Amino acid sequence: MSAEHTQDEHAVEHEGMTKKKIWQVFFYMLGITAIEFFIALYLLPKGILGQGIGNFIYVILTLVKAFYIVAYFMHLKFEKFALKTGIMVSLVFIIYFIVLMLTEGSYQYLHMN
Amino acid sequence: MSTTVSKIDEIKSDAWSGGKSPFAVEYGKLMMWFFLLSDAFTFSAFLIYYGAQRFSKLSWPDPDVVFQSIPGIADHGFPLVFVGLMTFILIMSSVTMVLAVEAGHRNSKKEVVWWMIATIIGGAMFLGCQALEWSHLNHEGYWWGSFPASYTGVDTVGALQFSNLFFTITGFHGFHVFTGVIINIIITLMVVSGVFQRSGSYLMVEKVGLYWHFVDLVWVFVFTFFYLV
Repeated sequence: MSAEHTQDEHAVEHEGMTKKKIWQVFFYMLGITAIEFFIALYLLPKGILGQGIGNFIYVILTLVKAFYIVAYFMHLKFEKFALKTGIMVSLVFIIYFIVLMLTEGSYQYLHMN
Repeated sequence: MSTTVSKIDEIKSDAWSGGKSPFAVEYGKLMMWFFLLSDAFTFSAFLIYYGAQRFSKLSWPDPDVVFQSIPGIADHGFPLVFVGLMTFILIMSSVTMVLAVEAGHRNSKKEVVWWMIATIIGGAMFLGCQALEWSHLNHEGYWWGSFPASYTGVDTVGALQFSNLFFTITGFHGFHVFTGVIINIIITLMVVSGVFQRSGSYLMVEKVGLYWHFVDLVWVFVFTFFYLV
């Protein structure tokens, strides 16, 4: 790959992120964190929301934040399809490991204590 | 270069036919992605083990009780406030990093330098906060292999695993922040001395940016699973 080649691709690749968009993403993430705080400091102590549902919402909101960081800040949304898929599909191993280890943890809870 | 396209060149125009990167990213940046993927596996292994331990124990320290102080200001009664500040600092420094990358695309050396300095300050502030929190927890009796005598839960192994994993995981993350700050300082010095101005591309700023955002990404998960859940 020649040096000029890289430069050309570079120029095309970066149409996605403007200053305005960066701050927009920041405020989304700030908003999501504020919602998490609202759940932790108000909804859960008052008993409006159960801990189980609360945890579920936390995980969803965390994944939304992770999406914003990876897609916009790390720019993955604007990369080639092959790179996006290559990175994201690999994460399936993490999901598998979560299922594996949490099943193991629950088993220990029942049988070893 | 002639304007007519020969048959052989036409075949090569397909992304996967060789001759160019099908991912259309520069080599170093692709390697950074691969490294971050492997690092994601390391961090998820830590966090998943934390989850498995927590699932298996009869009792686990309540985060709202463990993390309820603002070091130096209030000893108790403020769950999540201090870590909220830390989260805000890290997200903010991620924003200044992406602004540095954006300024790099416009080849504006001066702006890149200022945003990079802001990012370094953010990282240093985060590390300072973490040092305060660690020393506070240490004074309360939490450390590798120990937890406060006042712990009331039935499962003391749970409390022990909580402190071990808390210091290991936030420590490993803090070490990433520390190296990130060091790398950011090196790259900033390179920007100041005009290395990228001469080469005509601020791609290196983007690569350290990827690393820095990854550190922020990991913190988002650490924050959820240690402080919220």
